[in-house]
Amino acid sequence: MNDRWFAALQFFIALLLAPLLPAVVNRTKAVFAGRRGPPLMQGYEDLAKLLSKAAVYSRTTTWIFRAGPTVGLASVVVALAMLPWAGGIALLSFTGDMVLFATLFGLARFLTILAALDTGSSFEGMGASREAWFSALTEPALLLAFAALARLSGSLSLSGILGGPGVGGGAGAALLLAAGASLVVFLAENARIPVDDPETHLELTMIHEVMVLDHSGVDLAYIQYGSAVKLWALGGVVVSMLAPRTGFPLVDLGIGLGGMACVGIATGVLESVTARLRLSRVPQLLVAAIAMAALAMALALVR
Amino acid sequence: MTTWVEGFLVILMLTNLWLLGSSRLLSCIAAVSVQGVLLGLLPLVIGIDVPVWRLILQAGISIGFKGIALPLLLLRAARSVDVRREVEPIVGYSASLLIGVAALTASLFIGLRLPIHGGAAPLLLVPAALFTALTGLFIIVSRRSAIVQALGYLAMESGIAAFGLALAEQEPLLIEMGTFLDAFVAIFVMGITIYHISREFDHIDSDRLSSLKDSPQ
Repeated sequence: MNDRWFAALQFFIALLLAPLLPAVVNRTKAVFAGRRGPPLMQGYEDLAKLLSKAAVYSRTTTWIFRAGPTVGLASVVVALAMLPWAGGIALLSFTGDMVLFATLFGLARFLTILAALDTGSSFEGMGASREAWFSALTEPALLLAFAALARLSGSLSLSGILGGPGVGGGAGAALLLAAGASLVVFLAENARIPVDDPETHLELTMIHEVMVLDHSGVDLAYIQYGSAVKLWALGGVVVSMLAPRTGFPLVDLGIGLGGMACVGIATGVLESVTARLRLSRVPQLLVAAIAMAALAMALALVR
Repeated sequence: MTTWVEGFLVILMLTNLWLLGSSRLLSCIAAVSVQGVLLGLLPLVIGIDVPVWRLILQAGISIGFKGIALPLLLLRAARSVDVRREVEPIVGYSASLLIGVAALTASLFIGLRLPIHGGAAPLLLVPAALFTALTGLFIIVSRRSAIVQALGYLAMESGIAAFGLALAEQEPLLIEMGTFLDAFVAIFVMGITIYHISREFDHIDSDRLSSLKDSPQ
């Protein structure tokens, strides 16, 4: 029963602290650029402001446009419930849940794309097209990385492959390659710099941001909170691959939180020191991630 | 110790993917140069059972030739013929990477079944060697620029040398020196040829050489 309480605790901590993670990234970038940057609580204040406003809907949109943000938030929250980012067993855990984990992100993306197309805006259509194109390449990388870890740990659920104590030690190169592939997936799925620039507001080059230009009020709050939760969930995948586990829940929780802070800072540093890739070069990066995950899988099979 | 060797061989495999995926000539040269250095260090890391002076001689020659001298020679050739910086592939970069993954799978499949493990060679050595050789071969047939084809030849030779390492205990030093000399002379000739091709035709695109006609019309 103790395990269940710890699982619930880490789930709710993640839900509570998720808006903090983008703020950590922004603060790191501000420090690098010599600015002070927005306060760490800015994410919560934005959400509170948006939640108190009503949404505006265009007359050309249908119910799909309204369903997009809600379904998107619901799927990433459920996906987060399956991830033991601080070790132990996750709130939701069953055999094969890693496929559902990837599918839920696919569902959220599908609804976001449909909602973007529903507005009839040509810019949003362009963003939707790129989103579909890139995510077709990130999904194999994520699933192959999971498959490699499943082979290494002999378990078929996320709690087994990421939460157990055995992953950290002895897996060596395959684990590092899988973590590298998931890091690229993390950057690509969350619209981070080598793939997409979250700062830019030029519709011609935007990917994720451009799809949500027509959402407002509560819907926009859902989208922003959903993207923060997604950042936490995919960052949590990388952290739980690399972080050591002690077996003491509270220590593991501390390690997990420290790991998430490291992911935020590392993302900020990466965004400060690298330039965004040319749009035609992005698939190359993602295919390289697939190749790394495939190498990890091959190594796992050889062992 | 085995974890170190495994990590080392994985880095060797990653340089192949780097070579396949990079679009810049300088990046390709860097990949092949890193590969040469790694290959030179490989006998020291594996710790095969031969006299130490031979290991050090081999490592020194390999690093000196493949890691430093030949890449510098190709770099000079690239500068002197004022080559374009893109490598102009016939097969695209993403497709090259995917073909690389297929080659990796094939070399793992074959390499683990070849009955040449004397017991001393680490598990991944033969697959890594096969993968390097296949990558070099693929680069030769899939890139237009003659300099990149020379790089592919160098990678293939690295793969063959790594393969020889698995048999190092039975292989006389003379044969190894022979392969080094082979590679050196070949790259040297290629460097000179590239220079002459470019002086004659204003480009080093080997595809267009096939349209030469020997009789004036």
